[in-house]
Amino acid sequence: MSAVNAGEVPLRSPAAADGLSTGAHRSWRRLWRLKWGLVAAAIMLLIVGVSVAAPWLVPYSPVEVDIRHRLAPPAWMEGGTPDHVLGTDAIGRDLLSRMMYGGRVSLVIAVAAVLVSASIGVLLGLAAGYFGPKVDWTIMTLVNVMLTFPFVLLALAVIAVLGPSLTNMIIVLGVADWPLYARVIRAETMALRERDFMTAARALGMSHARIIFRQILPNLVSVIVVIATLQVARVIILESFLSFLGLGVQPPTPAWGNMLGDGRVYMLNSWWIAAFPGAAIFITTLTINLMGNALRDWLDPHMKL
Amino acid sequence: MKRYALRQLVQLAVVIVGISMLAFGILHVIGDPVTLLLPQNAGKEEYARYNKLLGLDQPIYVQYWKFASRAVQGDFGKSWYADTPAFSLVLQRMPPTLYLTTAGLAMALLIALPLGILAALKRHTFVDTLCTMTAVAGQAMPIFWLGIMLIIIFAVQLRLLPASGYGTWQHFLMPAFTLGAFLAPITMRLVRSGVIEIMNMDYIKTARAKGVGEGVVVVKHAFRNACIPVITVLGLQFGQLLGGAVVTETVFAWPGVATLTVDAIRNQDFPVVQCAVVLLALIIVAVNFLVDMIVGLIDPRIRVGG
Repeated sequence: MSAVNAGEVPLRSPAAADGLSTGAHRSWRRLWRLKWGLVAAAIMLLIVGVSVAAPWLVPYSPVEVDIRHRLAPPAWMEGGTPDHVLGTDAIGRDLLSRMMYGGRVSLVIAVAAVLVSASIGVLLGLAAGYFGPKVDWTIMTLVNVMLTFPFVLLALAVIAVLGPSLTNMIIVLGVADWPLYARVIRAETMALRERDFMTAARALGMSHARIIFRQILPNLVSVIVVIATLQVARVIILESFLSFLGLGVQPPTPAWGNMLGDGRVYMLNSWWIAAFPGAAIFITTLTINLMGNALRDWLDPHMKL
Repeated sequence: MKRYALRQLVQLAVVIVGISMLAFGILHVIGDPVTLLLPQNAGKEEYARYNKLLGLDQPIYVQYWKFASRAVQGDFGKSWYADTPAFSLVLQRMPPTLYLTTAGLAMALLIALPLGILAALKRHTFVDTLCTMTAVAGQAMPIFWLGIMLIIIFAVQLRLLPASGYGTWQHFLMPAFTLGAFLAPITMRLVRSGVIEIMNMDYIKTARAKGVGEGVVVVKHAFRNACIPVITVLGLQFGQLLGGAVVTETVFAWPGVATLTVDAIRNQDFPVVQCAVVLLALIIVAVNFLVDMIVGLIDPRIRVGG
């Protein structure tokens, strides 16, 4: 390795972040938020664990039809049975089992889509920040076009053309979601370019690729991790919405979104079919957001996201 | 100011061209209109005939040019489904969408402004924590679920409000609240940080020292200046707001552009999809431009720096 300190953390102006709060107050606040982050992480671990272990945990098969017990309410309500703790749907499938399986689909799609979008966004952001005005203008125009456009409509239109499938969902959500990364990474790269260690790297005659990936990228890891975490929540909501409309995960595969969509038809008499999958989406995204916020505070409290 | 406006206009034009390319590309590059139009058992000859009929045997840039030059005149072709011009179909559905977004925006402000100011003034107290936590929870809320829960509670159980439809003010309440809940969290956070920053400014201290009442300080001095970042971000969030309207409309069967588009997507009615996409994007771009101009007028630093 060269004598250049690649691991250096970029300094931001702390004054801009928080008006007049005292140091003690801020660190108390940091700890307080971190506490919630840990609670959130524990809950997330539970959600992921249940999703992964679903085949061994579920009381019923998620696609097993039982017409005799259709539309059974949750166990604690009148007419509910302890056999189906959260009740059953219109064709008698066990809601709890379907929810456990549903988590798998949502999480896999979300994480895969975020990996795709983070890769595209980070590469384009690095290029825009590093390679001067022309490249920057082209990429940022693309970013503006994408950001102007309601993401939901774009995803819907593309899925309608490609047809809904697991891979297509990942591609669409991944390709549509990169501009945020690109914008943040570009700004960070531009700031890093002016730093002394960059001048040193150039003076040593390093190649562009080496400067970008060895000198700049390591400094941006924490920003990328924080955005990616928060984006997982966003993508889960979007995937659910697509599935809710019937344009995402296709039945009989259970996903929280399409369960919610099914339940909508029966909400007059059987509210639980729509209520529980929606609550699962809400709790999962809330948990991820809390984790993301805590991660940001922990890695870099002055990060502006 | 002139130069600033000109620069923004150029960028606006580029973005519009980009969006038209996107709308065109979705159908013509990713998909194949002929396969979508013809029945699945159609032969190769028929395919070729249709391909020629629709002008799809020409180079892609010629096709795009045709699409764009017609689109400028408001001609997006006939709907494949309803046999009426796509443009008039979309235009017809525009007012309900605009009403809904306006009502949603108003609702978001109604929630976010008082809570944001309150959280800022009672900073680091229980009230602030409560407001912030509400915002965090609100941001994680899938609004299509929120909408359905509202329907279950207020329409099905309590029978207070109509579950869906359009017409009276009662029809507006739940959709507007749902859409408002989508935009309120980020707005609240902005108002809070804006007010906090400004309450520490020298001119606030001056006003207080002069003996101006605390209420007047907050409303006249702090809030006014906190409005600038709020206006900017709300303007930029307009696209998000329309995205939220798409979700809200589908949940409440609101007869706006979004339900039309979703139906068109389901029926693979691409002229309508393209037309809706381009028109919605035009509105978003226009709003963004207006916001840039307003902010540039209010705050001269922006038009020089930006």
